Amino acid sequence: MTTIRLNGEQRRLDDGATVQHALDLLNVTPDSRGVAVAVDREVVPRGDWAATALHEGAAVEVVMAIQGG
Amino acid sequence: MSTVDPTTGTGALDAAAAADPLTIAGRAFRSRLLLGTGGFQSLEAMAEAIKVSGSELVTVALRRIDPGAAGSIMDVIADAGVEVLPNTAGCYTARDAVTTARLAREAFETNWVKLEVIGDDRTLLPDAIELVEAAEILVDDGFVVLPYTTDDPILARRLEDVGCAAVMPLGSPIGSGMGINNPYNIAIIRERTQLPVVLDAGVGTASDAALAMELGCDAVLCASAISRAHDPRAMSLAIKAAVEAGRLARVAGRIPRRLHAEASTPDAGLPDFGVADA
Repeated sequence: MTTIRLNGEQRRLDDGATVQHALDLLNVTPDSRGVAVAVDREVVPRGDWAATALHEGAAVEVVMAIQGG
Repeated sequence: MSTVDPTTGTGALDAAAAADPLTIAGRAFRSRLLLGTGGFQSLEAMAEAIKVSGSELVTVALRRIDPGAAGSIMDVIADAGVEVLPNTAGCYTARDAVTTARLAREAFETNWVKLEVIGDDRTLLPDAIELVEAAEILVDDGFVVLPYTTDDPILARRLEDVGCAAVMPLGSPIGSGMGINNPYNIAIIRERTQLPVVLDAGVGTASDAALAMELGCDAVLCASAISRAHDPRAMSLAIKAAVEAGRLARVAGRIPRRLHAEASTPDAGLPDFGVADA
């Protein structure tokens, strides 16, 4: 198992899990609009979600648009 | 008769605005009002304000995803047919602001960013040092950077020097509704920079927006003044009109202030009615 932090919460994924596997936990699909992902502060482009493996301890932040000034 | 003569009244205001576009980074906008989307009670109220304000550029923020969020602000903005200007609200360091801007570029497919780097959560005032550092990094990374800044003309020049596309000085603190605390500094910023100047923060009501434009600002960015008004729709309309009126007044050129009166009626030809009866 690989333990990551997903938006601040510890989550356990199968070894070899990718960014998309983490996103599945948040119901984010490759065509979700207005969503972006950073792993350890680096933005992972949408096209790379399925191919980017997560390492032990990865900090994954998934953000979306909200109203703001 | 309901027909409006395009040379008078609101028809003339719209025509004047159309003939005098705002240009930022080579993009022309008919509207000189940028709308912040924070503070609306509902997406419906926001959609209505976007429509009525005539704004073509509206801000959005990024936060951790809420899988249960009802309705998407992105759908509303897409339906309104306006451009999105992502902000970096809530960032206290250049490092966080740069990461947030890069996430926004990925999420919204725009390289425009309203750069906010604040110093503390009580004043929400910009941290000048972190702001300039973040602006420089983002410009180098290909962003069109619109920084929220203080009303300091020297800081505005520093932001111009590092390649920002506009400067967005505050009138007074975010959400304070205090208007323009230092109109002289805003006028000096206008005089000292080649960049578009967008008054960002502090507008409380229509007259504040008109004053900003009369001082020479190229545009006004408003959020709370509209979204937290008792009637956001009516306030959108009021501030839209104020921005247009203020711009026209600036272009028209106001008369100088004088200490003493100056009669507009000539003295020449004044009749002499003789001496009053004793």
